[in-house]
Amino acid sequence: MTVAIEFKEVEKHFPKRDGGLQRVLDRVSFTIPKGKTTVIAGRSGQGKSVTLKLILGLMKADGGSIHVDGKDVTNVGGRALEQLRTRFGVLFQGAALFDSLTVFENVALPLRERTSKGEEEIEALVSSTLGQLELLGHEGKYPAQLSGGMRKRVGLARALQLNPEIMLFDEPTTGLDPVMTQEIYQLFAETQARVGFTSIIVSHDIPKVFNLADQVIVLHQGEMDVFGRPEEIPLSKKEHIQAFVQTTMGEIYQSQQVEG
Amino acid sequence: MLIRPIQNLGESGIYVLQDLGRMAIYLVKALLAVFKRPFRFREFMRQIHFIGAGSLVVIFFTAASTGMVLGLQGYYSLHKFGAEGMLGSAVSLTLIMELGPVLTALMVAGRAGSAMCAELGIMQISDQIDALECMAVDPFRYLITPKFLAALVSVPLLTAVFDVVGIAGGYVAGVSLMGVNPGSYIDGMVNSVTNHDIRLGVIKSFVFGLLVVWICTGRGYFVKEIRGAGFGAESVSRVTTQAVVLSSISVLVFDYLLTAVLL
Repeated sequence: MTVAIEFKEVEKHFPKRDGGLQRVLDRVSFTIPKGKTTVIAGRSGQGKSVTLKLILGLMKADGGSIHVDGKDVTNVGGRALEQLRTRFGVLFQGAALFDSLTVFENVALPLRERTSKGEEEIEALVSSTLGQLELLGHEGKYPAQLSGGMRKRVGLARALQLNPEIMLFDEPTTGLDPVMTQEIYQLFAETQARVGFTSIIVSHDIPKVFNLADQVIVLHQGEMDVFGRPEEIPLSKKEHIQAFVQTTMGEIYQSQQVEG
Repeated sequence: MLIRPIQNLGESGIYVLQDLGRMAIYLVKALLAVFKRPFRFREFMRQIHFIGAGSLVVIFFTAASTGMVLGLQGYYSLHKFGAEGMLGSAVSLTLIMELGPVLTALMVAGRAGSAMCAELGIMQISDQIDALECMAVDPFRYLITPKFLAALVSVPLLTAVFDVVGIAGGYVAGVSLMGVNPGSYIDGMVNSVTNHDIRLGVIKSFVFGLLVVWICTGRGYFVKEIRGAGFGAESVSRVTTQAVVLSSISVLVFDYLLTAVLL
């Protein structure tokens, strides 16, 4: 198995109001296999988004080291960090589209800013991606004129422009109805099969990503548990995992019992 | 019993120092990004239009009103000593050295500064700035430096407009309404205003422009770091208010300091 990202004994803490420290990640170690989908799960406030920000260099770890393709990137900055980030694509929780730019301009932004391609080539590339994500005809609209699902698709289109090796999805289906959620995850799976990137999905909602995950990492009070497949999670004897299973995976149990 | 207040005082002191440090680094990054390429000329022009052209109406009315009030007040005071002929000198020096730069900066802070702060605050809480960083696009070069440069160009120009309109307002009130001799109004102005006075006004307008754009954009950029700002839309509204208040106070404090040093 080739490793895309490795966390070695990573620590991250934040100061608390009473002067103490809140340990969000406490000497956490795990690996993310290349070309596969890893889901980072856990209840709110357990450090899922912090983990993504550490990978992206938007936050610095307080201890341990983070490796991408075997290279220590824990404290990189400047040009090296910029180079590292061009290898990632990110779909934010709210898509993080630029309100003052149209759909076309949003998707074209990374190409205009990070490549020396001409406008004609950019137009062709953007149109191709918009076509693949069924967004043609919406190029001139502004984010405020789009539905939640369309905003996510535009966010995905923008994230794919620089051909990322690793895609990070931060709570990608928050605020979407169940049908749209299924459509979005279907779209992720199709895009991953076509492009072949490594996927990291941060979600508190395991049932919705059940079929996509090759590996699940559950974060709880600074510690983590790694499961090869989502089916392994309920087998854990740990109390907090059992509580997590009961609150988030109940519908899978029910569906399995009905099928059984 | 005494420990808690001392602890709070210490925490507040540390927070203020952290905030000042954060803002100082922010200023350095924004100024250094001027040299990063490609320069966003279209965004720079868009910001000049927003900060400069967009503020013309409010600057015009503020300047006209201020000039006319100065004309009337100046006439009332000078008339007591039979020195109405000094009205042009009094109005122009007051406007060029003090009121022009100060009131222009306060108007720009209220109109454009608040909007810049809210824009960056909203971009920060909706992850748009993180998104830029993740695309390896420097948010300073892309978003903030064009605003800095536009403010440094627009505020001195708006101050010049303010001075001219204000002096014209003083002329209308003093000469047309109160009957001051037009020649003595113009002569008084021409003879009393020196290059040094104009230089002081220009330096002030640059410094005030920098203060307004620095504080207003900085508060928006650090919306998540500001203590007591809260979260979401509420944090943006609180930080925007704070930005306008802080930049206005800074303009007034620096006005005194610059006058004391440069006069």
